[in-house]
Amino acid sequence: MDFSLSFVLPYNLIFCDVMENEENHIIPYRTFLLVLAGLILLTLTSVAVTQIYLGTLTVIIALMIAAIKSSFVLRIFMHLKFEKKMFSFLIIAVILLICIVIFITLLDYLYR
Amino acid sequence: MSLTAETHRDDLASKTGMWLFLFTEMLLFGGLFIVYSVYRYRNPEAFHQAASELSVLIGTINTIILLISSSTIAMSVTAIQKKDKKLALLLLGITIFLGLVFLVNKYFEWGGHIKEHIYPGSPVLALRGQGDVLFYGLYFFMTGLHALHIIIGLVFIGFITVFIINDKIDSGNFVLLENSGLYWHLVDLIWIFLFPLFYLIT
Repeated sequence: MDFSLSFVLPYNLIFCDVMENEENHIIPYRTFLLVLAGLILLTLTSVAVTQIYLGTLTVIIALMIAAIKSSFVLRIFMHLKFEKKMFSFLIIAVILLICIVIFITLLDYLYR
Repeated sequence: MSLTAETHRDDLASKTGMWLFLFTEMLLFGGLFIVYSVYRYRNPEAFHQAASELSVLIGTINTIILLISSSTIAMSVTAIQKKDKKLALLLLGITIFLGLVFLVNKYFEWGGHIKEHIYPGSPVLALRGQGDVLFYGLYFFMTGLHALHIIIGLVFIGFITVFIINDKIDSGNFVLLENSGLYWHLVDLIWIFLFPLFYLIT
């Protein structure tokens, strides 16, 4: 089992990269409060920006800000920054899957 | 690590299992976002009209409430790691309270729509045309499904609070607290996208 998988997966890279702080990584309260302040600021920014009419640009800006906010939530609140890389790989894969399906669906509707 | 016999535990597996479950949740809402983008593409005018009727103020307040509640449950993990049981319980209490405030706001928001005869299957809404029916159908379904997740998250966090009171969760064994936090953050994450899509982009 062990040796057969080691050919396929870069085991060291995926499972051992953060060994040293795996058990007891304590994130200080200050970090969470700073991230919270940033998230609220981004929320207010997106509200302010979308009140101005910019057409398609509004959609892009609002979704960009939402993406930045979710990366903060994923990396800090959900600890991904401090977890094994495996989790980040999997999440990127799921997000890519959703994006690809939306892209293909819209291709169909736009150019049918 | 103590030298006494202890039951087998695998925190990494526990967390991986939670993430796998969260992936199915992301795909569930991802599917609804696809439906949203297609409906919006086919009914741009109706979606523009209907979206501007939603209260940006209530949406913004609810967004900030959820963000704060996410930070408090994240900080409760830090508190439990630092063996500060009281602070952890206080932070979880605040999280539950904010979740309830979110639901109360939602109640008044939905109540306002229903008073104006806007709800799925309403004859008044049907008269406004197919686009409005689709927008409000999605609005009620997606925010309703999200609110259901809030309720489930609150029950989950409620159990975790009891476990902390009974010392079943402590500084040496807090993966359940982390998992309930992950669930709550996912609920927050979904709202981060629901908010601009329904309230901001008009």
